[in-house]
Amino acid sequence: MTSRTVALYRAAHGRTGDKGNRSNISVVAWHPSLWPLLVEQVSEARVAAQFAHRRPSRVTRYLLPNLQSMNFVLDDVLDGGVNDALNLDSHGKALAFLLLDLPITVPDALREHLVGADEPDSFPPEPWRHA
Amino acid sequence: MPGPTVPLRIGCAAGFSGDRTDAAGPVVDALVAAGGPSFLIFETLAERTLALAQLARRADPERGYEPLLDELLRPVLARCLAHGIRIVSNFGAANPRGAARRIAALAAEMGLAAPRIAVVEGDDVGGLAQRALLRDALGASADLDAVMASMVCANAYLGADAIADALLAGADIVVTGRVADPSLTVGPALAHFGWRRDDWDRLARATMAGHLLECGAQVTGGYYADPGYKDVDGLARVGYPIAEIDADGHCTITKPPGTGGRIDSHTVKEQLLYEVHDPAAYLTPDVVADLGEARVVELGPDRVRVEGVRGHPRPATLKVNVFCEQGWLAEGEISYAGPRAEARARLAAQVLRERLAALAPLRVDLIGVASILGDDAGAWLAMQPPGGARDVRLRVAALHDDKAAAERLPREVTALYTCGPAGGGGVRTALRQRLSTRSCFVPRDGVPARFAMMEPA
Repeated sequence: MTSRTVALYRAAHGRTGDKGNRSNISVVAWHPSLWPLLVEQVSEARVAAQFAHRRPSRVTRYLLPNLQSMNFVLDDVLDGGVNDALNLDSHGKALAFLLLDLPITVPDALREHLVGADEPDSFPPEPWRHA
Repeated sequence: MPGPTVPLRIGCAAGFSGDRTDAAGPVVDALVAAGGPSFLIFETLAERTLALAQLARRADPERGYEPLLDELLRPVLARCLAHGIRIVSNFGAANPRGAARRIAALAAEMGLAAPRIAVVEGDDVGGLAQRALLRDALGASADLDAVMASMVCANAYLGADAIADALLAGADIVVTGRVADPSLTVGPALAHFGWRRDDWDRLARATMAGHLLECGAQVTGGYYADPGYKDVDGLARVGYPIAEIDADGHCTITKPPGTGGRIDSHTVKEQLLYEVHDPAAYLTPDVVADLGEARVVELGPDRVRVEGVRGHPRPATLKVNVFCEQGWLAEGEISYAGPRAEARARLAAQVLRERLAALAPLRVDLIGVASILGDDAGAWLAMQPPGGARDVRLRVAALHDDKAAAERLPREVTALYTCGPAGGGGVRTALRQRLSTRSCFVPRDGVPARFAMMEPA
């Protein structure tokens, strides 16, 4: 069976929350059939690599199979948090979209459950990618 | 007590200080049309908001509550009082009594019968009486004395008990300072259903109902839209949420008919996990909520029910946020456009780095190239190969303890007008006092939460 590499946002959506210097990012499967693939491919290690430049001290993944959702908690990625960071986006509100840019491999049998159209050039060029 | 088939409706008309002030009207219309017991909540107190309110109160002792209080309440106060829709909000911020006095005055100005207004107090642990408690909670650190000396405020996150007590005592309006956001919902549910205060499962379900409500439109399609992927109709007139809570605490999230936005399993899941860390242990002052077995069920258009939330005993401690005045944040921006705009912006950044090398670590952003996903140290920006962006805004920022020193940054950015690369324009600069924050935990019995019914003027 053939497969295709797509960005995670084709298979899932998510939102960032912040408390102090800690960010949490949800990843919600667009369809239950995509859930096992997300569990397999969207790992703590890959997410840590995607955020390497923010130097997370820890990345923890929590699984919620009933909701076909996972919650990533990234410690110390906000340069001190909303009151200390120099970033325009001191909450890190945009970080969900960095995670949703992660490449995943989707077998053809599951492609009907992806959202959005195929975009061959959707990935930024190296070195934006760390995965 | 009404039978189990009559739900309690709680509408939320604000999700932060600065939220829309015309959101409450359609929510109140829907609550009136539904009949039945109902409450209206406004959540207006993000982490930093309370510190800003405390600074406002220092400048004027009668201020320090939500600046948009009048704008939030005036459109709906008469109808809420006329229809028995009671109001619960943390818009008291650093001065709940001041807010209560203002509400009483507003009601009088509007010719309304004086509402019974209660304030919830005890969250402020920054006073002399609790200094020892706070020092213990902050623990030994090299800068403890500096923290205590520069403290703007220290507030504990109170729970729902005092809110429920105020409602049981007959309050039409309950004004709080710092409480956990979901407690604004748990308080009314506790008072209405008469649950035991250790009924952990019901408290946890109501807590998650409150969690879904507390950010206003974030559960009804706000902060969700992504064209082509997550389309939301009528985003410009997005409706704010109403939770229908049953006697077991389970909730169904809805919104007023005719409003824009969208509620489905996906909008609810995104908000359910918003600002959650371990989903099996969502800590609040009222209960530890457990989402491990939670499910969401789409009952129909814009109607989603949440089931399966469980609860565990509440924590023995309360979280306290401490804010300190600590230095100055200096920022400056300048734009470059047209051919070689990015190269000119990068040169301007290089000039500023050289000129400000001795000041403080400088954050550099190239807006239009790389500005948001990067880190303060600049590792991300350094990874971006120079490109040909033709519309770039350079932004620099730095922190400094001394105001006079911090002022050098805006001056250097402004000087780029004549000393920098060609064609720079649109300089904007800002210098703001910085509020730093830290959290600690204090024993629950060190923070006596209580309510007081205000006497009519």
